Amino acid sequence: MAEEKKLFKVKIDNISVEVEPGTTILNAARQIGGDIVPPAMCYYSKLKGSGGKCRTCLVKVSKGSDADPRPMPKLVASCRTTVMDGMEVANITSPEVLEARKGVVEFLLLNHPLDCPVCDQAGECHLQDLSYEHGADSTRYEFKRRTFDKVDIGDKIQLHMTRCILCYRCVFTADQLTEKREHGVLGRGEAAEIGTYIQQSLDNNFIGNVIDVCPVGALTDKTFRFKNRVWFLKPVDAHRECNDPKCCGKVALWMRGDEVFRVTARKDKYGEVEEWICDTCRFDKKEVKDWVIEGPRKIERQSVISQGHYVGVNKPKETLVEVLDGRQPKLLLDIHNISEVNKPNIDLSQINGPAHSDDFNK
Amino acid sequence: MGRKLLFDKAHIEGIRYYDVYRANGGYGSAEKALKSMSPDQVLDEVKKSGLRGRGGAGFPTGMKWSFIAKPEGVPRYLVCNADESEPGTFKDRYLMEFLPHLLIEGLLISSYTLGCNSCYIYIRGEYAWIPDILEEAIADAKKNGWLGKNIQGTGFDLEIYVQRGAGAYICGEETALIESLEGKRGNPRIKPPFPAVKGLWDCPTVVNNVETLATVVPILRIGGEEYAKYGTGKSTGTKLISACGNINKPGVYEIEMNISVEEFIYSDEYCGGIANGKRLKACIPGGSSVPILPANLLLKTAKGEPRMMTYESLADGGFATGTMLGSGGFIVLDEDQCIVKNTLTFARFYHHESCGQCSPCREGTGWMKRVLLNIENGKGKMSDIDLLWDIQRKIEGNTICPLGDAAAWPVAAAIRHFRDEFEWHVLHPEEATKRNYGLAHYADPLEIAAPAAV
Repeated sequence: MAEEKKLFKVKIDNISVEVEPGTTILNAARQIGGDIVPPAMCYYSKLKGSGGKCRTCLVKVSKGSDADPRPMPKLVASCRTTVMDGMEVANITSPEVLEARKGVVEFLLLNHPLDCPVCDQAGECHLQDLSYEHGADSTRYEFKRRTFDKVDIGDKIQLHMTRCILCYRCVFTADQLTEKREHGVLGRGEAAEIGTYIQQSLDNNFIGNVIDVCPVGALTDKTFRFKNRVWFLKPVDAHRECNDPKCCGKVALWMRGDEVFRVTARKDKYGEVEEWICDTCRFDKKEVKDWVIEGPRKIERQSVISQGHYVGVNKPKETLVEVLDGRQPKLLLDIHNISEVNKPNIDLSQINGPAHSDDFNK
Repeated sequence: MGRKLLFDKAHIEGIRYYDVYRANGGYGSAEKALKSMSPDQVLDEVKKSGLRGRGGAGFPTGMKWSFIAKPEGVPRYLVCNADESEPGTFKDRYLMEFLPHLLIEGLLISSYTLGCNSCYIYIRGEYAWIPDILEEAIADAKKNGWLGKNIQGTGFDLEIYVQRGAGAYICGEETALIESLEGKRGNPRIKPPFPAVKGLWDCPTVVNNVETLATVVPILRIGGEEYAKYGTGKSTGTKLISACGNINKPGVYEIEMNISVEEFIYSDEYCGGIANGKRLKACIPGGSSVPILPANLLLKTAKGEPRMMTYESLADGGFATGTMLGSGGFIVLDEDQCIVKNTLTFARFYHHESCGQCSPCREGTGWMKRVLLNIENGKGKMSDIDLLWDIQRKIEGNTICPLGDAAAWPVAAAIRHFRDEFEWHVLHPEEATKRNYGLAHYADPLEIAAPAAV
């Protein structure tokens, strides 16, 4: 007899949702979506065992469950706490949570070099987003930040520990995706670092995924380093027949004109890859002819990558006439009468994807 | 003389060897438990005794044992936490060094109660000489039929293994200990699941302190109800206190939990007063991670009652005016000690021992240490004191394991009770490097609020 699965009723910031037993608070919040989703720096839904470390996803459980309505004494990590029937959770409605989160962001930034202007991750960095949203405007830390030398792990990946926030995602990736675990965390406490012993190269066809999972610019693609800013590139979905059976072959190409600057896995709106890709696809196939292009990739509006992405934008209302008490401004020269260079027939708000010179060459 | 249950025979020469231990009534409790009682009856005795975990948190042991999951066909494990690394605590060391058979007997009874056939003693790496003592005792016990297969013909099997840690404080946290025992990096696990459900190798596991497990022996000997008559209220029985600092007689003492703190410090039976005729300034009664108290609040609670050496009385007044019994590492500071320096020492310890897994503790402990170092070196600012307060507040309660709390509490308590001294350090940087703040008003009698007129 197939028993009907009982769903748990959960209330997050006074929004009710029904989820399957065993769902974490974070995933329940993601089912609701919007502002109430706690940020997550270390949790990665595709990686088993990740989460619970960065403490940015802390929430307050104001009611444990219907059976045991006591609130939980401490703030809990929503990515690792499973829901109970009748649980009530406060995220952005709790000042205590926001205060704690602000503290965590301050701690995360304490030893971060904030070298965004020269960092390849800038523009798609989770720490940037997090500090923009929850951080203080200045630091109270007056001491020397910890620094490490840059390390090459393999010929395609560079590790810059100075930027690392020790989320352990790459450790889980290397552990779960590749056959042989070669890198992990060395040292303890503040001195902890991601490392491979004796700079062993990570020879594995899936190790490139550590670049995608890294929330900051600690692990970067050496074939892309300093080549371009991510927001100047146009992401397009593409695929190819990959020989590696474990690789899906579905990627996002980051292009400028006809040039493929880098290849990454496709990421969802929480910055998590949809499916893993192999290193051959990532590092070696950098010609347009290697790929079947499907079309522009949709990027969440708040991302800096979607600059120039004008679909659905409300045009600002012309207020000049009102200010001038109903008088129409006198147009001395209409550029379109003289030149077609600005292409009046191309409406930016109709272009799907970031605007690109190609759009004007049609 | 206070009544003793653990150390009652500790003075007998050669008690650490099997023959002497057995001749003095050793393994009598184990015999009683294994031959005439069912595991549930033993559990019942432990529950009746009101025994509370001696490792620091004071959680009722009987209740902890009854939480263990009992799925079919899955082994259960008992782990003895001998990773005693809290600064100021050294009671388990004494117990293991001089009474190893008491611990083994306790492990035997506890394993029988929980239905475990393997038991691990996880001992801190710095206690390099103790594993030999324990292993010798285990071999002797095995030779005499108290360990191994079919113990004393009862059909119960038990093996005890001694595992040395590699010298990390964090491995005293039960889930980090389990990780370390499994051969991994000692990072605390995220709870739930609790070890009682998924512990060592994903099997139900109970982790208990050395003293807790050893105490099971006298409980069985005299019975749970009789044991509960020792001590006061919910703090039943006796507790080992390792006293250190500026006292005349530092050492490990077994106290019945019905004496006052004043008696413990000043009586000749225990600490014998403050050394060199100095005056008491402050005390950390439960190991480095519990809040420090100034002399006036230590000897009397905010309500004016004398403070007793019990879990409840020491915690009276919450963290505002109280502290904790913790693991019993009783650190006494006299008037010549500097609270800022003391706090810095602890902050440096927690910074060094943070595992680095979660951000508030990894980054916050180092930050606190550096700010305290500045104050200590005369480079502090007034705002640093408030900054310290803010940092500790943001660490406390936001971490995976209690190390974050343990790092935050000493700093919080030092600022709460000794703010004057911190301010003096900031305002007189020159003088502060040459002399100490001294006793100041920290031993002055407290003003006790008059009860409201009815």
